[in-house]
Amino acid sequence: MTMIECRGLTREYRKGDELIRPLDGLDLDVPRGDFLALMGPSGSGKTTLLNLIAGIDSPSRGTLTVEGTDIGKLSRNRLAAWRSERVGYVFQLYNLIPVLTAFENVELPLLLRPISRKERHDLVTTALKRVGISDRAGHFPRQLSGGQEQRVAIARAIVTDPAIIVADEPTGDLDKESAHAVMSLLQELNRSLDKTIIMVTHDPKTTDYATRTLHLDKGRLVEHGTTQPGVPPAEVSV
Amino acid sequence: MRLLRCIPHVFRQVTRHRVRSLLTIAGIAIAMFLFTAVQAMNSGVKEATTATANDTTLVVYREDRYCPATSNLPQDYLRRIEGVDGVVSATPIKVVVSNCRTSLDVVTFRGVPKDAFLDDRGDGLEVIAGSVEDWKRRTDAALLGETLASRRGLRPGMTFDAAGITAYVAGVIRSDDAQDQNVAYTALEFVQLAGRDQLGVVTQFNVKVRDASELDRVAEDIDEVFASAQEPTATFSEKAFIGRVADDIVELVGFARWLGLGCLAAVLALVANSIILGVQSRVSEHAVLLTLGFSGRLVAALIVAEGVVLSLIGGLLGAAAAVVVAETGSFALSVEGTSIPVVAGAGLLASGLVICGAIGVLAGLVPGWRVSRREIAACFRAV
Repeated sequence: MTMIECRGLTREYRKGDELIRPLDGLDLDVPRGDFLALMGPSGSGKTTLLNLIAGIDSPSRGTLTVEGTDIGKLSRNRLAAWRSERVGYVFQLYNLIPVLTAFENVELPLLLRPISRKERHDLVTTALKRVGISDRAGHFPRQLSGGQEQRVAIARAIVTDPAIIVADEPTGDLDKESAHAVMSLLQELNRSLDKTIIMVTHDPKTTDYATRTLHLDKGRLVEHGTTQPGVPPAEVSV
Repeated sequence: MRLLRCIPHVFRQVTRHRVRSLLTIAGIAIAMFLFTAVQAMNSGVKEATTATANDTTLVVYREDRYCPATSNLPQDYLRRIEGVDGVVSATPIKVVVSNCRTSLDVVTFRGVPKDAFLDDRGDGLEVIAGSVEDWKRRTDAALLGETLASRRGLRPGMTFDAAGITAYVAGVIRSDDAQDQNVAYTALEFVQLAGRDQLGVVTQFNVKVRDASELDRVAEDIDEVFASAQEPTATFSEKAFIGRVADDIVELVGFARWLGLGCLAAVLALVANSIILGVQSRVSEHAVLLTLGFSGRLVAALIVAEGVVLSLIGGLLGAAAAVVVAETGSFALSVEGTSIPVVAGAGLLASGLVICGAIGVLAGLVPGWRVSRREIAACFRAV
């Protein structure tokens, strides 16, 4: 079943007199439960595609349908509400709020939901436990290692139980061991919770954890992905 | 509702950016202290000089004189004043002040005929220490205004010196009238004898009129009676008299209002500066909130709320400190025997907080609106 459907997806903006087009008429289908790795040189449009799918940027042309909703047509407020319910975002530099503890950082997305304090507490505790960092709940980001910070960021991304997790170079700032731990965690979320994960990466090793890999260049898909055994392939058209 | 759930987050932002918050709050507190102090003086001027419908007192003074030392009227004017239609009673008063200049610590002796004074004012005064009997018995006895007694630490049984007069404290009185606060009421002859050749001479007459609507007419009639006398009179309502005598203070306090507005402008600048710096240094933080699904309006509201919290904390500290200082210090600006009290209370504190809240909203509106309009992806690119 197709979770994300891009048709003629284009993003362009002006920088002075120059027209920049990081994404150029891209077609892509991502099935539910896919773990898709996006690779490509800098400026190839990977992060732009990720941002469009996450609903933090809007397409200039084309359609982007997620679970049947054309998110390119949603107003700012409705798009914000959609993000809070459907998407979890993992940043390369974690982007935890420095004055909040790990617990409070993970709690943030839940402040948008009409649930009790106790329910929030339980959900945050569960998310922290899932990423194996519940013993650091009271620590501030500056008191955590990079790998631990990224785990907290992943907990924040999954605490609302979103259908899609987007990750922008989640291991880009981590050492080898931490990178392995973070990728194993994402893989486990994909397999056990059936989360659809779309990940931008520069590191070919991290693609081993994905079910398939796509390459972009100059805003277009240039290569079909490899598919892990037992996982349905994506329909890709270039 | 979402904003309410996020209020703890706002407080965390304030309390965990400790240095920034402390410096901002300290600045706001100082500015609000000054603003509240100026407002307290304003309130005092208003209270002392604004006529009300219940005012029935006239002050008869020597024409073209502005201070107690030069306003000398024969005490025997009393009978003729009492004969004017509409006059209920008249009290001759001899005023001696310890300091003719504007000061925060002036003792004003008011020599009055004791029985007439008690008949006229007895109901409006509450003796909170000592006794009236003691005051009536001793020639050198004084009934002190509560503010004066508290400022100088005077209690019944003590003696004190001021303006070359040594008086015995017979009692301390409480009164709603600002003019009673810094006064020592003594026997008329006692004060007259303290000056040279002053027996039979008074500074003013306080005249009770039958009805407030007759004030102007009675004042004109009294002045008419003495128009061709050697010492002609100028008669005013009590509030107008205070406004005239304390004209310099009223003008100064009026000017100080601008200082108060300057203080508010300083508060606005401080909060706005703090918010703008905070917003600039937290571009990615706000972008993260937007990414997590916070709407632009909610993020803007959080920024405004932060401004309001900073303003309210600083405002509360500053205004409360000013109220406490004004209340415990019992300050009154005195000039020529009249008092302009510094009036601060819960009302002033509340209005200070409302103003601070409004300033917090104002300071956060523009930065909040700008953040709410930002493109999330552009924010991450900019960091």
